[in-house]
Amino acid sequence: MESKNQWPLWEVFIRSKNGLEHRHCGSLHAADASMALDNARDVYTRRMEGISIWVVESIHITASQPAESEELFDPAKDKVYRHPTFYHLPEGIKHM
Amino acid sequence: MKLENLEARFQEKIDQDIKIEPKDWMPEKYRKTHIRQISQHAHSEIVGMLPEGNWISRAPSLRRKVALLAKVQDEAGHGLYLYSACETLGITRDELTDQLRTGKAKYSSIFNYPTLTWADIGAIGWLVDGAAIINQVPLQNTSYGPYARAMVRVCKEESFHQRQGFEIMTTLARGTEAQKEMAQDALNRWWWPSLMMFGPADKDSTHTAQSMKWKLKRKTNDELRQQFVDQTVPQAELIGLTIPDTDLVWNVVNNEYDFGEINWEEFWQVVKGHGPCNKERIAARVKAHTEGAWVREGAMAYAEKKKSSSRKIAS
Ligand SMILES: [Fe+2]
Ligand SMILES: [Fe+2]
Repeated sequence: MESKNQWPLWEVFIRSKNGLEHRHCGSLHAADASMALDNARDVYTRRMEGISIWVVESIHITASQPAESEELFDPAKDKVYRHPTFYHLPEGIKHM
Repeated sequence: MKLENLEARFQEKIDQDIKIEPKDWMPEKYRKTHIRQISQHAHSEIVGMLPEGNWISRAPSLRRKVALLAKVQDEAGHGLYLYSACETLGITRDELTDQLRTGKAKYSSIFNYPTLTWADIGAIGWLVDGAAIINQVPLQNTSYGPYARAMVRVCKEESFHQRQGFEIMTTLARGTEAQKEMAQDALNRWWWPSLMMFGPADKDSTHTAQSMKWKLKRKTNDELRQQFVDQTVPQAELIGLTIPDTDLVWNVVNNEYDFGEINWEEFWQVVKGHGPCNKERIAARVKAHTEGAWVREGAMAYAEKKKSSSRKIAS
């Protein structure tokens, strides 16, 4: 009963002010990119939440899978030497 | 991993306040319950636009009109945030709105009551949005990430809704005798349905224990209802309106109001589809969907055409 060609899904990213990165804030449906921008303006920035919008069709996003989390992120766990607190410094050292 | 172990680990995460995100493993029951609750919530926002939209063109001043228009637009936004959150659980927008139009999905019963006078717009903002806020605030900490994030946005926007309603009620209550009567009449009609917004009494509520475990609920229906009564009664007194409940009395021992029995018979009748406006509301959604079909198809055809012509240029 439903049309099979429902409008594609878009992810919306908003920069709230200069100096900050665009942040994911949600998604919406739109027929094309310019409609996605217009809709994002109405749905996600009704109270001056943004000064710049990115939209990207959701199918273009490749996401890591939670099942792969261990192999992806565990290798960083035992590399404490990447943090400044790993290093011993003599008492009284300044500006370091 | 065995299913029980997966489930135990899943519950541990929730207990530690670690959010569940769309791609994470989740029990099928969690997914289903969330689809049901989030979509019901989304449908309520969308259907909720109808009784108020009824008065936009008849608002008594420009100030009231822009406020009501902005409020109704917010409700559309709330519906959209929530539909998006729900879709992350693996159901399409079309399936969701289809369930609304075919009557398979429920929405908040409060929107099956008619808005007869302008004062009803005041009563809705004050009482219905007021009750919605009480229901929604704890959901900002619910376990499903996309739902919790949507609720943060929704809650930020709700407080103006309640204030604009209360301002309408205050103005009417301080107006002419006829205006005050109109305000009182609206309160009389909306009070009990507002109390019903918190759902069945705890003793008759089937989902509470599981919902608590998943942080879909943090307080029971009766606790939230009590909170609503306790905060709303003094507001009514302040503007000189009377809560239509002869059993309402301050209980010095419990430090809260005792109030009369809700007409549960009416509640279940409306839930089952026999409220004053159930048919009208669904008919309005079906009409909008059917009459908008050519727009959806046209926009899609145009997008496809543009895509294929830019491909031709590229090759
Ligand atoms: Fe809302
Ligand atoms: Fe609202």
